[in-house]
Amino acid sequence: MLQEKISFSREQLAGKLLTMQELPFSPEDVNELVRQSILNKIPSIVTTKGKSVCQRCGNDRSYLFAVFPHSTCKNNTCLYCRNCIMMGRVTQCEPLYEGAAVIWPQHADPCKWDGQLTVSQEASAQRIVSAIEQKSELLVWAVCGAGKTEMLFPGITAALQRGLRIVLATPRTDVVRELLPRFQQAFPQVRIQALYGDSEEKQGDAQLLISTTHQLFRYSRAFDVVIIDEIDAFPYHNDDSLQFAAGRAAKTDAARLYLTATPRKKEKAKIRKRTLPAVFIPQRFHGHPLPVPRLKLILTLKRHLSKGRLPQSIIKTIQIQQKGSRQLLLFVSTITYAGAVKAFLENDFNVASVHAEDPERGEKVQRFRDRTIDILVTTTILERGVTFPSVDVFVIDAGHHVFDEAALVQIAGRAGRSPVDPDGDVIFYHFGKTNAMLDAQEAIIYMNKKARKEL
Amino acid sequence: MRCLICFEQLLPKVDWTSFLTVQKPIKLCVSCMEKFDVIDEPGCKGCGRKEGNGLCFDCERWNLSEYSGVLEENVSVFGYNDFAKELVARWKYRGDFTLVHAFAEAVQTKYKNHFHGMDAELGAIPLSVERLLERGFNQSEAVIAMLGASPHHFFKRKGNEKQSKRGRVERIMGENPFVLMDSVECPVVLVDDIYTTGMTVRHLARLLKANGCPRVHSFTVFR
Ligand SMILES: [Zn+2]
Ligand SMILES: [Zn+2]
Ligand SMILES: [Zn+2]
Ligand SMILES: [Zn+2]
Repeated sequence: MLQEKISFSREQLAGKLLTMQELPFSPEDVNELVRQSILNKIPSIVTTKGKSVCQRCGNDRSYLFAVFPHSTCKNNTCLYCRNCIMMGRVTQCEPLYEGAAVIWPQHADPCKWDGQLTVSQEASAQRIVSAIEQKSELLVWAVCGAGKTEMLFPGITAALQRGLRIVLATPRTDVVRELLPRFQQAFPQVRIQALYGDSEEKQGDAQLLISTTHQLFRYSRAFDVVIIDEIDAFPYHNDDSLQFAAGRAAKTDAARLYLTATPRKKEKAKIRKRTLPAVFIPQRFHGHPLPVPRLKLILTLKRHLSKGRLPQSIIKTIQIQQKGSRQLLLFVSTITYAGAVKAFLENDFNVASVHAEDPERGEKVQRFRDRTIDILVTTTILERGVTFPSVDVFVIDAGHHVFDEAALVQIAGRAGRSPVDPDGDVIFYHFGKTNAMLDAQEAIIYMNKKARKEL
Repeated sequence: MRCLICFEQLLPKVDWTSFLTVQKPIKLCVSCMEKFDVIDEPGCKGCGRKEGNGLCFDCERWNLSEYSGVLEENVSVFGYNDFAKELVARWKYRGDFTLVHAFAEAVQTKYKNHFHGMDAELGAIPLSVERLLERGFNQSEAVIAMLGASPHHFFKRKGNEKQSKRGRVERIMGENPFVLMDSVECPVVLVDDIYTTGMTVRHLARLLKANGCPRVHSFTVFR
């Protein structure tokens, strides 16, 4: 009888955490859904002993709360959260609505991926399967190019066979875009949705979701399996509220998997103390070692940077590089410099540049992938997630603070991804060595040593 | 303290003067403060825009229309640059009300300097029921409250048509969407967040003037 009056599906609401404004119903219908326990009211901002906490984003910093004369509740000092206001305002006087859980289908044989895991991938995949079966925590530390997506397939298969709901969340939109088709191919009969800021898909009511970590703000106790990809990446690694959201989106007894190629100190410490179970995959799926970056000192680099140019020696190297068969990824420190370098190289090379706010970013990356562009100048936005089969990688001004150890390891990891061309030149151009550069180089050498031992 | 706009930590200056005088609390960091495009002297006396000299083209056209002489002038505090656009979007559309304090002081000063001695009523621009429910506050009333006054509710909205959905021509030629609820025989300053085409204030001003109000001014935060 309710379904006749209000048009909705339980899946559409299951595990969602929404404000009244976000719900596509009239206030009367919302109340009816609450009466039917299809929606539960949750207090939006909880204040105890003068300290307020936003229940949507976990914000508890007083300067990120404010009051206003709210015409709806007539309270002149109605409290609201400023931290998550970009997703719509959460006010003290209005509850959040949490959708009740539903039963998801069990898929007998969902995985149609016909690839083969290597022996070491297989062992790690089994660890992931048992973490999902036992609903425990696991950190998967896999070098760039280890094939971690494929290693997830057996675990996701096991979850789908049990009728579990799964989210694979990553801090980066590009990664979501790249992962969706791979999952759709591997699980063709399963409804999979990709969610990110401006994704076409808005519902997010599928059993298997691939999303940015930001989208998790709109979920509560929704998932049996939460996989966070790139836990060390910006903005997830230093944003408490994203971590809060990821925790809240998981059911209390959910399996939690964290993937990283470059764990931060916090995780490394937990692994050492054995408070976080971990599996280490030092070898790339094709069995070849990671290209070790070379450090190249150019004293005049600083002067050229300030003029938005490149030193002659780098240009010569680019000319030689371009005579080979590989494309070139050129990492730079700032958006302005990316534009300048692109303009500088434009006359002699087939070059494009991208950065975070570039509206044509997706398109340019695709053109690079299609090999209609030879050189892609980029900020750290492409440091991870995206893979190109055959590139050399140069970092200009590798000593800049945006290039920390994790970023440099990731950047170096863009090279040699394909078994056909498992190598690649990685050069860090600098005008003074930094610890980050040395640590990154050392970390890569260490992984290669570990990988050799495994053979 | 943190900057109200970018949350940057504010370091209070400690020098001799800070011991001797009571300092107003700082609300913004220097870099955010500098992004405001202050209109000291308007280029156009009619609509208060910064650029130009004398009366601008739009104002000339108003003077040739049936709305000629309906509005004395518009006075604005800041230019509507990209920074202001983003700020207004956060404030009004996202509903981050407290950002009103980011420009409170400048708005108060401008109002005092320009309208001093004028015993005017401050008229609020009504929002549609839907907009008010969505935002939870009326931006025009928020600015009036910031000026330490209480808004006078002269008008009511007829329908609930969304202004921005209609084209400029339709907006300019459209019928008056407001009804007068109350009239006064003293000058009125209509207060809003932005002056864009100037149509809304002229609709309102005409109603007021037809019912005994001698002069109608417009005061907005952005232009
Ligand atoms: Zn309220
Ligand atoms: Zn919040
Ligand atoms: Zn600021
Ligand atoms: Zn003008």
